[in-house]
Amino acid sequence: MDLHYFFELFIGGLTRGSIYALIALGYTMVYGIIKLINFAHGEIYMIGAFTALIIASALGFTGMNPVIIFLIATILAIFFSAAYGATIEKIAYKPLRGSQRLSALISAIGMSMFLQNYVLLAQTSDFLPFPNLIPDFKFLKPVENLISSTSFLILVTTAVVMILLTYLIKFTKTGKAMRATSQDAKMAQLLGINISRIISITFIIGSSTAALGGVLISTHIGQLNFYIGYIAGIKAFVAAVLGGIGSIPGAVLGSFVLGWTESFGTGYISSDYEDVFAFLFLIIILIFRPSGILGRPENKKV
Amino acid sequence: MSDILKYFKPKELKKSLIISLWFMILTFPIMVIKVNTIENTVLWRWGSLIGMGIGSFIAATLWRYLLERKNMQNPLSSKKSLQIRIIEWANANPKIKPAALIAVSLFVLAFPFLAGMYQTSIMTTALMYIVLGLGLNIVVGLGGLLNLGYAAFYAVGAYTYALLNYHFGLSFWVCLPIGAGLATIMGILLAIPVLRLRGDYLAIVTLGFGEVIRIVLENWNGLSFGPSGIANIPRPGFFGMDMKLQTATIYIYFIMIAMVVFTIFVVRRLENSRMGRAWIAMREDEIASESMGIDITKSKITTFALGAFFAGMVGVIFAAKTTFINPASFTLWESLMILCVVVIGGTGSIVGVIVGAFILILLPEYLRAFSQYRMLLFGALLVIMMVFRPGGIVSNIRKKYKFEPIQASTNVSQKGAE
Repeated sequence: MDLHYFFELFIGGLTRGSIYALIALGYTMVYGIIKLINFAHGEIYMIGAFTALIIASALGFTGMNPVIIFLIATILAIFFSAAYGATIEKIAYKPLRGSQRLSALISAIGMSMFLQNYVLLAQTSDFLPFPNLIPDFKFLKPVENLISSTSFLILVTTAVVMILLTYLIKFTKTGKAMRATSQDAKMAQLLGINISRIISITFIIGSSTAALGGVLISTHIGQLNFYIGYIAGIKAFVAAVLGGIGSIPGAVLGSFVLGWTESFGTGYISSDYEDVFAFLFLIIILIFRPSGILGRPENKKV
Repeated sequence: MSDILKYFKPKELKKSLIISLWFMILTFPIMVIKVNTIENTVLWRWGSLIGMGIGSFIAATLWRYLLERKNMQNPLSSKKSLQIRIIEWANANPKIKPAALIAVSLFVLAFPFLAGMYQTSIMTTALMYIVLGLGLNIVVGLGGLLNLGYAAFYAVGAYTYALLNYHFGLSFWVCLPIGAGLATIMGILLAIPVLRLRGDYLAIVTLGFGEVIRIVLENWNGLSFGPSGIANIPRPGFFGMDMKLQTATIYIYFIMIAMVVFTIFVVRRLENSRMGRAWIAMREDEIASESMGIDITKSKITTFALGAFFAGMVGVIFAAKTTFINPASFTLWESLMILCVVVIGGTGSIVGVIVGAFILILLPEYLRAFSQYRMLLFGALLVIMMVFRPGGIVSNIRKKYKFEPIQASTNVSQKGAE
């Protein structure tokens, strides 16, 4: 067995998994709080990547330092994605709170179609090149052919985001309120938690991490179009379910497992069936653990 | 309508203005800046910013007015909904039912001869979605199991006909039961492993199943000819007669009509059967129904199998109608579209599914006038419909037994015996 090839696939899976994790967080957090599969989440990711592309390209003509451009573009992408996330929640999901869950799902599907076509019409259907803004890190020279500087950046950023998020959820008042809301929204409201505010915050955080994922993967791959949100959204959703939807560590674990499955599956078996590995793995896991890897079994009661 | 004037007071106008300002900021990067990466120029489209501002101002005012009006409606108010009033009116005039039935059948029979070939073709598509919707309605509406991979069964039917015809030259009428049967078997095969799953886990597994089928069809060139698909599938024959395109279109239309009538008949009979009531009980509460003696395993498998049966049947017709199929017709969007038919129309209701299919298939066709904007409008309409009518257009009214105190003794015993 070729060890070098193995490590290449390992790092590839890790990078992929990190991006899935950044998107899956939004899914799982939203699901945990309002029990909604937010189909428009992939579109938020796409809008984040697109905003970054537009701003980075526009600033690129001024001849600024690429690293500064990258930072500005990322921050603006996060801001706009978060704004989109919160606005979508207000328009499409808030009026549907309390009605049957399928309606909210259809509303999310409609929103997803709307946003895709909105970007398609306002911008273009072509693949656009993402400017190369990340310099080659010097300290990565010895392992250059194993890990590129963009994948290094992805791994580090994901790790930092995870640590920050864990801190936020575990040790801050907002995090406590979020956990309470996801456990029992009605009770949380009785105890003086502003549910609407918590839901908005959840959407904002989820959208921000998705946007971050979008920007990072675009710099890694180097191009994007309006359709990238669709498949990434589904994969991230699969990752979230794989780990046990509603659970944040589960989403991260599920994402890495999914990333590795795809990476090793395509590397060792066949590249045509990349998505089949992901879904088959999901089906097998769910047959043996019906509520995901880290998901708690549901309380069954009448 | 007088209370809409309230929204022109300064305070309310200010609120709408803030919303429109927010939308102007929100859409700024995507609507205003357009980067040309080949010539390295930036195009600033300030006009669209102004348009966005004015548009969102009007939309915000209207949206808030309508939303408030919807929330003002008291659910306990004695004002009956339009739907209930229609039903009561129909019950009060017993002659109206046969008259309406005759009118509808006359219209249906005359339609392909009055409208052009194009219209007939669209109508056939809408009819196909009625059957698909009714089939999915068995799984989602009656069984309460969210299936996001329904297009896979549809694909099984279509590919069965295409491949059996290609390799063995089997005709449409032979393939119709085979396609439906194979899809049913697929439904059972999917149902067995997912018996333990609940709610959204079930949804995602069915989604995965649908995608797996599609990807396999796309990549297994030896079986399915890959993404290029299968062309020159023959249209259904009529005792070996050769038909022109126009006659064939009308012929398929009538096959579809027969299929819709068949499906409605079967679903109606099922709904009120022992099995159908078991499904509804399962939808309401699995554990409670199980403890009442309902075999959950059997119920789940039968919903999946019967749902798949109709999808397989329509799949065969789809292949015969378009004469060309490829995996791109059976994506997740297709499954979601069918789900939209069910939910927009009204989950669980047959009339609802019919209305939903007409709206969802005919609307995008007539929105073609707006060509490139139609999917945008369609997405927006889905959101708007759900926000203002979350239960769907036609809600499912459960059967109620009414006791009439005067002849209570005979009535009750009869109802009990049924």
